[in-house]
Amino acid sequence: MNIIQAKNLTKRFNGFTAVDNISFEVAEGEIFAFLGPNGAGKSTTIKMLTTLLAPSSGEMLLNGHNPAKNANEVRRSFGIVFQDPSLDDELTARENMEFHGVLYGVPKRERTEKIATLLKFVDLADRQNDLVKKFSGGMKRRLEIARGLLHHPKILFLDEPTLGLDPQTRNSMWAYLQEMNKNEGITIFFTTHYMEEAERIAGRIAIIDHGKIIAIGTAAELKDRTKADTLEGAFLALTGKAIREEAGNAMDHLRMMRRSWTGKRN
Amino acid sequence: MKTIYILWLRQIKRYLRSKSRIIGSLGQPLLFLLALGYGLGPVFKQAGQGNYLQFLAPGIIGMSIIFTAIFSGIEIIWDRQFGFLKETLVAPVSRLNIMIGRTLGGATVATFQGLIVFFIATFAGFHPVNWALLPLIIVVMLLVALLFTALGTAIASRLDDMQGFQLIMNFLVMPLFFLSGALFPLSDAPGAIATIAKFDPLSYGVDALRILMINVAHFNLATDFAVLAVVTFLFLAVGSYFFSKIEI
Repeated sequence: MNIIQAKNLTKRFNGFTAVDNISFEVAEGEIFAFLGPNGAGKSTTIKMLTTLLAPSSGEMLLNGHNPAKNANEVRRSFGIVFQDPSLDDELTARENMEFHGVLYGVPKRERTEKIATLLKFVDLADRQNDLVKKFSGGMKRRLEIARGLLHHPKILFLDEPTLGLDPQTRNSMWAYLQEMNKNEGITIFFTTHYMEEAERIAGRIAIIDHGKIIAIGTAAELKDRTKADTLEGAFLALTGKAIREEAGNAMDHLRMMRRSWTGKRN
Repeated sequence: MKTIYILWLRQIKRYLRSKSRIIGSLGQPLLFLLALGYGLGPVFKQAGQGNYLQFLAPGIIGMSIIFTAIFSGIEIIWDRQFGFLKETLVAPVSRLNIMIGRTLGGATVATFQGLIVFFIATFAGFHPVNWALLPLIIVVMLLVALLFTALGTAIASRLDDMQGFQLIMNFLVMPLFFLSGALFPLSDAPGAIATIAKFDPLSYGVDALRILMINVAHFNLATDFAVLAVVTFLFLAVGSYFFSKIEI
């Protein structure tokens, strides 16, 4: 059974086509990598699949439900670790986990136990009562991963989960995820810029560029097709060598505003 | 229910942790209370209107509530920019409950801020006529706070970043405050101002506070409650609708 199905999915923003008529399927229990240069449309696709954006046209089904219509059924089916931070800086690590557990309806006893286990797993147990704003980038990332694992979703979306993580954490994280995938059949859909990671972990890989899926298959198939030795070689052969730019946002301006507003340094 | 509670709790925790914000947002109402209260006091008295500080204090309490409430609502923009909003929006809970939890949290904070100003005002010489009415006073404060938190939420749901912030301050919050009769009696105001004040929900909030605190009325308590309740409901409905339509 296909747990994720996208057909002719398109998203346009004011005339700019971020995702251009893409179709793909992910089978239940699969580990699927979604690769592409910056600004290729990876995050936009994930946002549509996870009910955060309505598509301009096309169809999709997640666990049998349409994200654009039955948002709540879909939301019950997946967990997600976002590309950019999504923690509350003014809460402690533990409180961020609690908040997530309550929202996802994890029963109190299970919640307490799992939070303790997961915080230990990402090596944050001794910092659990510190405010997140005191954490380094890597610590925040680890906390977000622990949070994403707190409830047991059928599909786990990971948008560049390993960005900024050291090899130790990266390896233990993937070991944990692969075990979850094997034991509980959780489908994993992830994006990354580390090609060797995609090659090692993913069953199938889709490569997206300029909003279009230009290749899809196992790492071996992609290498065969491009006659490349490595997945990185295949990726570059398919997407070219031009460096892409990502759209900027008003983040820095906002941080400044917030600082002057609250009188705080963060 | 649990969703509402955890979102409410989050607002409260954030509030209690930002000591600088609590103190910072007390500065403006206190300045108004002391500078205007003492400064214009003699003029007010000469005009035969009695004690200005007594008259002004309920208005300034209303002011601290509307400011805090609207900002609590607008905090959604920060949550959006700092990413936390996504975390709540992908959770398998209804957006209505998220919005209600947030709004109740923001309203609780604003009410608390109003109470602080209330008690500080009593030290500055303000004395309410009947302390037994305090529970009813808190109900009015909460209603005003809910109304403006919902308004802030509705506005913030439509904004992507803080660019519109100054616009909201200068063309919404300030006029709502200055034209509400918080600073001067509406009964003697020129017709145009009195008419505008009728369309300002804060006028009814300040009037209700004045009735309960110093027994001076411009409208009457039943009208005040009715208007506040209806407008609160309306803003909650609009706020929930906009909130449910948020895309990131």
